[in-house]
Amino acid sequence: MIDLTVNGAKVSVAAPDDMPLLWVIRDLLGMTGTKFGCGIGQCGACTVHIDGEAQRACLTPVSEAVGRAVTTIEGIGETPVGKAVQKAWLDLDVVQCGYCQSGQIMSAAALIKATPEPTDSDIDQGMSGNICRCGTYVRIREAIKEAAKVATAEK
Amino acid sequence: MQNILSRAGVALAGEAAGLNRRRFLQASAAFGGGLMIGWVEAANAEPGSAPVVDFAPNGFLRIDRDGKVTVISPSIEMGQGTYTALPMLVAEELDVPMEMVSYGIAPPNDKLYGNPAVGGGQITGGSTSVRGFYKPMREAGAAARQMLLEAAAKKLNVNTTELKTEAGQVIHAKSGQRIGYGALVDDAAKQSVPEHVAIKEPSQFQIIGKPTRRIDASGKVNGTAKFGIDAQVPGMKIAQVSAAPVFGGTLASVDEAAALAVPGVRQVVKLDNAVAVIADHYWAARQGLEAAAPKFNDGPNASVSTSDVVAALAKAAERDGAVAKAEGDAAAALAGAAQKLDSVYENPFLAHATMEPINCTVEVTEGGCDIWVGTQIPTIAQKVVAKALGLDESKVRIHNHLLGGGFGRRLEFDFILQAALIAKQSKDPVKVVWSREEDIQHDMYRPYYYDRIAAGLDADGKLVAWKHRIVGSSIMSRFFPEAMKNGVDPDAVDGAIELPYDIPNFYVDYVREEPQGIPTAFWRGVGPTRNAFVIESFIDELALAAKKDPLQFRLELTAKNSRARHVLERAAALSGWGEPLPPRHGRGIALLYAFGTYLAQVAEVSVGDNGEVRVNRVCAVVDCGQVVNPDTVEAQLQSGIIFGLSAALWGEITLKNGRVEQSNFDNYRVVRMDEAPKIAVEIVKSGEAPGGIGEPGTSVVMPAVLNAVHAATGVRLRRLPVDVGALRSA
Repeated sequence: MIDLTVNGAKVSVAAPDDMPLLWVIRDLLGMTGTKFGCGIGQCGACTVHIDGEAQRACLTPVSEAVGRAVTTIEGIGETPVGKAVQKAWLDLDVVQCGYCQSGQIMSAAALIKATPEPTDSDIDQGMSGNICRCGTYVRIREAIKEAAKVATAEK
Repeated sequence: MQNILSRAGVALAGEAAGLNRRRFLQASAAFGGGLMIGWVEAANAEPGSAPVVDFAPNGFLRIDRDGKVTVISPSIEMGQGTYTALPMLVAEELDVPMEMVSYGIAPPNDKLYGNPAVGGGQITGGSTSVRGFYKPMREAGAAARQMLLEAAAKKLNVNTTELKTEAGQVIHAKSGQRIGYGALVDDAAKQSVPEHVAIKEPSQFQIIGKPTRRIDASGKVNGTAKFGIDAQVPGMKIAQVSAAPVFGGTLASVDEAAALAVPGVRQVVKLDNAVAVIADHYWAARQGLEAAAPKFNDGPNASVSTSDVVAALAKAAERDGAVAKAEGDAAAALAGAAQKLDSVYENPFLAHATMEPINCTVEVTEGGCDIWVGTQIPTIAQKVVAKALGLDESKVRIHNHLLGGGFGRRLEFDFILQAALIAKQSKDPVKVVWSREEDIQHDMYRPYYYDRIAAGLDADGKLVAWKHRIVGSSIMSRFFPEAMKNGVDPDAVDGAIELPYDIPNFYVDYVREEPQGIPTAFWRGVGPTRNAFVIESFIDELALAAKKDPLQFRLELTAKNSRARHVLERAAALSGWGEPLPPRHGRGIALLYAFGTYLAQVAEVSVGDNGEVRVNRVCAVVDCGQVVNPDTVEAQLQSGIIFGLSAALWGEITLKNGRVEQSNFDNYRVVRMDEAPKIAVEIVKSGEAPGGIGEPGTSVVMPAVLNAVHAATGVRLRRLPVDVGALRSA
């Protein structure tokens, strides 16, 4: 059995060490907010936080998450930055089909945490690993700036 | 129990239904109490005759005793905002605030949920949701409001003329009494459905035309939204599939024992052309599939390459086609023109690459078959599976979900049928999830098109002759053969025969040529997207040949078309058209009239010395008639532009030895955040009929960008995607 901490809760799963965290989260824990998009770390749909840093769950063996705090889209709203990001996403009506947005929000939250006042080029760098086929990039950029403003003001 | 209190059906204006059918409004008590209003279509009913209708447990609209309104959307949500726009139409006429409105997903039922704008089928595609349901949804809301008014009048013992409605309440101004809709629904369900129902004049709109937040957004930002891939069924297993890498190939052998030796693998299922490995989770299924190492017979398409397909198309382009439109005498006018231009344009094969990989969950039991999936075609899927499994259609239950992107991919049933055939052999309910590689390599592709186009200018540079031959696959012949007219595929020529330009001596024909060894399908923007690239690039060529500014040339051609002129002029103004730019920067303009919408775009690009094109800014001005949700119109233009940009810059599926060469986002490149242009959108205020908005943005951006590339470099690219090598500075 592998012991994990996901969104603050301790869970045990029967999984091989090399099983990607994505499938542990989705198929063993039944948490479907984290999405499968490409399986090779190209699209960012599966982005989660491990100890606060954005990671592609499709490429992360579950063994690497042992003893560390895993946060998914279902838990990110509990953090001040995550909450601000989700609110900005709603205020600017960012989503379209919505499939990639869990990953976008996780990447955005990690970006703002590391860079509280991100410039356009910070946003380019922090977000270019997340593909959105609906092309919501214009609004994602605006929403990140909005969320950063709110998160900074609340500090 | 469902308590049917009223089954009154009254014939109402049938113009919404394009076919020889009339629609009947039906009201009834809702399951668990409340009022339901829905449309029932009775085939060939005579006007005035009492329709015989089945009780429809799901209408368009349901009001609960707590006053909450649920709009059952006949169109599926795939990002285009239909779950907000259609409820807005109902809410407008019902006089309820959007905060009280939620959405429901319609079950398969062509009679209840068929879209008159797509031939009456329950199909979401072709930018038709608002166009098809603009009136029916409003009439359903208005009828419900009328019945609530009547219920209130009886309760208060007053005349309905003394009553008004506001924010989900009926108000009797004289006495100051207000009754919430929730308190009226049981009585309202007993009222007869109004024979004539008045809908609002645009000047009375309080919701239509106002920026409105999406009502499906919260689940999409907190992870609770359920897409097909998120379906969870008790006892469900996960399957990974490998289909023959060459289209038309068959499964030869599979190492079943090796697959079953992988921990977690439960079963290996063989189909004619594919193998599925079923396991406890995706990872085990994936490893099981690799262990299974399936071998395939390649079949007759084993040696096909893209160049073979293109050669066949080029040869077909020498044939005369079926005439799509002929006005004046194009051949004579061409022969007599002072200047003649003749070009070949090519559009490549494209994959859809929706963010949600193809998936479908199926459980086959003695009681029938349950399917959890996101689909644009629930009724077609139901029919196909019923036939394949030998079941009555009523035994095939489709549970439709949010779509993680559609773009035309989920207009197809191939993967639903495949999952049903796997589930038929499976001991457990099974969720079939395609890897991204499977998704890209077993798509049904936007077809390669090969166009020959010629035009003549007179001595003053005026366009006097036009001859356009469109050559390629006919998707409509497979998808909806009834729509074929005298050998012309209406989709193939869509956007090519109703130009916004005034051109005398106009001739368009279509040559059907099916590509060998690759299935074809609709793709966002459908016919107009392929045609816009050809026509708008060629119009630019003609402008330059006439020594006219491309904007000016288009304005002259649209002298009699004020909507087209206006969007051109506004896009030019917004973009700073004509203002100087640095070297290897350029602006390009393009215009489209399609989907009932006028759209002009100006793209501003810079081309690096290495030939890489960067699109810095796109200005889009749209006249899509009466706007329902301007926020969605803006979002769909942003979306369409980015989607089209991926295709214009990099999008291309190629075949080698019968196999698709691309496999994932590393070699099927799409636009990312750092490559996305700034986008400015302006919406023209218009009272014209609503036009489509999901697709036009994709169509126009391709020629706008290619025209800008020409302005920046002097190189005219007539084949997509952009050929970087041709743009390198010497």
